[in-house]
Amino acid sequence: MPILQIRQAIRDAMKEEMERDERVFLMGEEVGYYNGAYKCSEGLLDHFGPKRVIDTPITETGFAGIGIGAAMCGLRPIIEFMTFNFSAVAFDQILNNAAKLRHMTHGQFAVPMVFRGPNAAAHMLGSTHSQAFEHFYAHIPGLKVIAVATPYDAKGLLKTAIRDENPVLFLESELMYSVKGEVPEEEYLIPFGQADIKRPGEQVTVITWGQGVPVALKAAELAAAEDLSCEVIDLRSLRPMDEAAIIASVKKTNRAVVVYHGWPNGGVGCDVVARIQELAFDDLDAPVLRVCYEDLPMPYAENLENLILPSPERALAAIRRVAYKR
Amino acid sequence: MDAAYEAKLRADYDGQSREDVLRDYREMLRIRRFEEAAARAYTRGKISGFLHLYIGQEAIAVATKQAMEPGDRVVSTYRTHGFAVALGSDTKACAAELFGKAAGLVGGVGGSMHFFDKERGLWGGYAIVGNHIPVAAGHAFASQYTGDGRVTLCFMGDGAVGIGPVHEGMTMAGIMKLPIVFVVENNQYSMGTPLKRTLPVEDITSRAAGYGFASDRFHVTSVQETRRRLGEAIERARKDGKPTLIELITYRFRGHSMSDPAKYRQKEEVDRWRLNDPLERALMALKTIYQVPEQELDAIDEAIVAEMDAAYEFADKAPAPAPEARFDNVMAEGPYYGDSATTRPAGVE
Repeated sequence: MPILQIRQAIRDAMKEEMERDERVFLMGEEVGYYNGAYKCSEGLLDHFGPKRVIDTPITETGFAGIGIGAAMCGLRPIIEFMTFNFSAVAFDQILNNAAKLRHMTHGQFAVPMVFRGPNAAAHMLGSTHSQAFEHFYAHIPGLKVIAVATPYDAKGLLKTAIRDENPVLFLESELMYSVKGEVPEEEYLIPFGQADIKRPGEQVTVITWGQGVPVALKAAELAAAEDLSCEVIDLRSLRPMDEAAIIASVKKTNRAVVVYHGWPNGGVGCDVVARIQELAFDDLDAPVLRVCYEDLPMPYAENLENLILPSPERALAAIRRVAYKR
Repeated sequence: MDAAYEAKLRADYDGQSREDVLRDYREMLRIRRFEEAAARAYTRGKISGFLHLYIGQEAIAVATKQAMEPGDRVVSTYRTHGFAVALGSDTKACAAELFGKAAGLVGGVGGSMHFFDKERGLWGGYAIVGNHIPVAAGHAFASQYTGDGRVTLCFMGDGAVGIGPVHEGMTMAGIMKLPIVFVVENNQYSMGTPLKRTLPVEDITSRAAGYGFASDRFHVTSVQETRRRLGEAIERARKDGKPTLIELITYRFRGHSMSDPAKYRQKEEVDRWRLNDPLERALMALKTIYQVPEQELDAIDEAIVAEMDAAYEFADKAPAPAPEARFDNVMAEGPYYGDSATTRPAGVE
């Protein structure tokens, strides 16, 4: 099976879908002649031409809105944010237009489109460029929110996102674009709302997604060295969320830790904890813990950033705590 | 009637047939009577939320309907009843929407500020000031992409021109040469603030050059002059793919919304603008130039009042949306009950 980087899997997904459906186009800053700020659209301009691979001025609100307006006319836009940190500039378009228009128009209009790009902290980018946006978007009914951590998942889920009839927020990672993995040559789609067990285990459930996945897997490896068996569940799809997969695992392990990028207050991590306590309260042998950013803006300095980010060591400490092994 | 007024009136209506002027008058009056009835219903507590009236600006909607072709799109604001009535939306459905009823234009989920009637070319209905400008540009982009030959007409108030999405949407429309016409309905007030306190220049169309647009700017005093000049811009968009920015100088006689008594302006100012009210001017032309008998004019008015009475009667008696209607149109897949078993409403699986 071919080995691809995540960026190549994303490119292949877009290329295949653009070949399959002429209504699909890619729009964003530097997606064309520059071949993508992170090379996710490498070669697409040459292949499809400037009608379908469209460079924009720096106007997140402008091109997010253009995508929405085009989707309402039956096209299938892929809008690339150079980073989801810049999606904050277009937040009103996503919140009040993309998420609302089907509802507000009583179904007269649909908004089938994808907003995609890297999310959360990378390395030493400072406070404005190091934020996790799933926590904002997963709050909003009318949207779907996906976060990917492997080339296989990236390709299969992005193809599903492009074909979905709803607006989809598709979250990638700057630090993980070079992560390699097997991707089948034949076409496949991964349905939304299905978590993936990235590592089976027995004693502690570790729930994670996106950039949290490598952190959780490393922590599980460290725990295994201490004879603590962790089951790592990659949610992949945050809205809709595979609640059943979480609960099934927690009923087996009776313990859970949530590992993710983003602040502790509010957000997807709190949502996961709330669902577990309501649906599996009697099965819990320990409080559910979260390992995420410290509740602070991200500093530039490397040592400070490392203190704030969720690390395998912090995740391991939480795993030990819920297992009452200190 | 003073001589200058009469001369201008005769010039405005030069060459227009009696039938055409009657039609324009009737269409403007339909909007006005619809909204006067809305205001009464609001006062009686039948309509809640916000209600922004278009009274004084009706000629613009009527001219737009005449200038556009079938399939062209009107994208507008929260002050949008006028476009709905002019474009031919069922006044019963419009009134029912104001009353929050299932038979409303958008099923009672939108209210006054969110009118959409795709079939008749009304593409909103946007109530976050300025955030429809990029969306309208997106419609025009789709026309360019598919070659469907349609033109998008994007309306906004003078209060919108300072907000970011207007700049970004216009920048994109300019760089991509989209088939679109941007129309600023300058009704003199951004809520209660006059334009001179919100814009550093008097002429909004001075911005057109910065986006590579054509421009036009004029006082709206009659339907036909407005139709003609909108038509030129629509033609330019359709044939040459060149956007136009038009500033229509107009006036709203009511407050910003029903909760606004409009104390920020003097009676003299309102009286002065009344002389320019296109509806009053059309009525004056019909009486003086076309010598239409009072009886005929009264009959027109009575028929329209009867239409609106029936619409509001319908709205009042129409049933509210069913409880389960709140699950509709959230997601494409069908009724949506929430993402978690923990938060789903009682009675649904």
